Amino acid sequence: MTPSADLLVAQNVGFYLIAAVMVLGALRVVTTNNVVHAALWLVVVLSGAAAQFVLLAAEFVALTQVLVYVGAVMVLFLFGVMLTRAKIGAERELNNKGWFLGIPVSVLLLVTLVIALNDGFGSERMPVDVAPMDTAVVSDQIFGPYLLPFWALSFVLLAAVIGAIVLARRD
Amino acid sequence: MVGVELAYWAESLLRVLGGLVAVLLPAGTVVYLFLFKMMSFMQSRLGPMEAGPYGSLQLFAEVGKWLQKEDIVPTNAQPEARIFKIAPLVVLASTFLLVAVVPFGPDAWFTDFDGGIFYALAVSSVSVLGILIAGWSSANKYSLLGGLRAAGQLIAYELPMVLAVIGVVIQAGTMNLQKIVVAQNAGEIFGWDGLGNPFLLTQFVGFLIFMIAVQAELTQTPFDMPIAESELVSGYMTEYSGFRFLIFFIGEFATAGVFSMIASVLFLGGWGVPFAWFGWTAIDDVDNWMNVVGPLILFTKMIIVVFFVMWVRFSYPRFREDQLQRFAWKVLIPISLANIMVTAVLKVAF
Repeated sequence: MTPSADLLVAQNVGFYLIAAVMVLGALRVVTTNNVVHAALWLVVVLSGAAAQFVLLAAEFVALTQVLVYVGAVMVLFLFGVMLTRAKIGAERELNNKGWFLGIPVSVLLLVTLVIALNDGFGSERMPVDVAPMDTAVVSDQIFGPYLLPFWALSFVLLAAVIGAIVLARRD
Repeated sequence: MVGVELAYWAESLLRVLGGLVAVLLPAGTVVYLFLFKMMSFMQSRLGPMEAGPYGSLQLFAEVGKWLQKEDIVPTNAQPEARIFKIAPLVVLASTFLLVAVVPFGPDAWFTDFDGGIFYALAVSSVSVLGILIAGWSSANKYSLLGGLRAAGQLIAYELPMVLAVIGVVIQAGTMNLQKIVVAQNAGEIFGWDGLGNPFLLTQFVGFLIFMIAVQAELTQTPFDMPIAESELVSGYMTEYSGFRFLIFFIGEFATAGVFSMIASVLFLGGWGVPFAWFGWTAIDDVDNWMNVVGPLILFTKMIIVVFFVMWVRFSYPRFREDQLQRFAWKVLIPISLANIMVTAVLKVAF
């Protein structure tokens, strides 16, 4: 296969630029010495993920990423941090004692993901003239063949909501 | 359909310039027409009269004043100076992202994509981040409290807003704002097409919920707990001066304008006139002159919607924090959920 005809130059350049920003952001999340800064670097990483979804022409997923993670989860995160303790400037003793345990876990996760994705989609290539995914197609998929997983996820979320209410009630 | 062909760069340049106009023009109009003049008349005074005829150049004088002022970073906020300085830009960026999705005419749009209204709701939530970090990095208890109140309020009212929009999406069968405009103007009410079918009529409950949520998202007066001046000085904006305050200020009123445009697109037929008036049936029939008249129609509708927002703002006292949260979670969200149910049932029935 000659790489000239179906190589998406702009998409590839974009991918590596965004990926570089994401890796830098992810490293800063764990190395910065201020909780709020860590949360803001996480915003950079999550927005980068949204941008990668746009490159894959999966605009609905990208928008959901922004709405749920940047708009809701990170805001809740910052809200919680600022409500309890959020000092201005550098903090010391921010690291957990068992921080090195995270390294094998994340390496294991990375290896599993790479093997699983490579095994499942390794031979597939992105079409050159890719059109953005129609939102109606996404919903037809979710409420058609993937209805059962969708219900299962809804059930888990419902259980979590009820659990949160039970924990928060004062009586 | 378009008579003129432009190179890609020329088109993009036009879109960027158009975006600037679409953000700054509503902001200026809203501030002069409503904040300066309407508020003054409602309070039996004249408002600014000196700069220009009827004080119409007052705005330029104000901008000049703000630009001259010193850009101060408080001493306690020095360690976070960078975040302190970025925060207002995040808020304004969210406004610019928001306007990118509004259609102004059959071909006068910035982006025409499928996720339309979903995109608008997603990027409008980014401004909360800017407000939160503004409140935090000011190193000031008032600012932090204001930022937290703002975040709590915006999260609470984003939900009814999203749910109110779902009614429109169900009825139009699309999230694309351009197609929502067409669905309303090409529609008919029981076979009569003289008015199209503005979703204001069928989704009136949704419209009310949407406007209340917009009022809260803009932190306009019944919902201005985050910047309550009697207790918090000016909330998250307290420590800002000069052009950074100006950016917050522009952001607030530009977002008011853009949200009103989105409300007119969703519920009032957007840029269009009922297609039956000129014998059009689909978007491809629409004549080219609508690209010029369309933006004017949308702008007029925006002014009308903002008028109501400002009328409420100048008329009502402020909600208490607990009333504000209870209203969102116990009144608006259940009503909007019921609205979705009813809309879905009627959509299937008809």
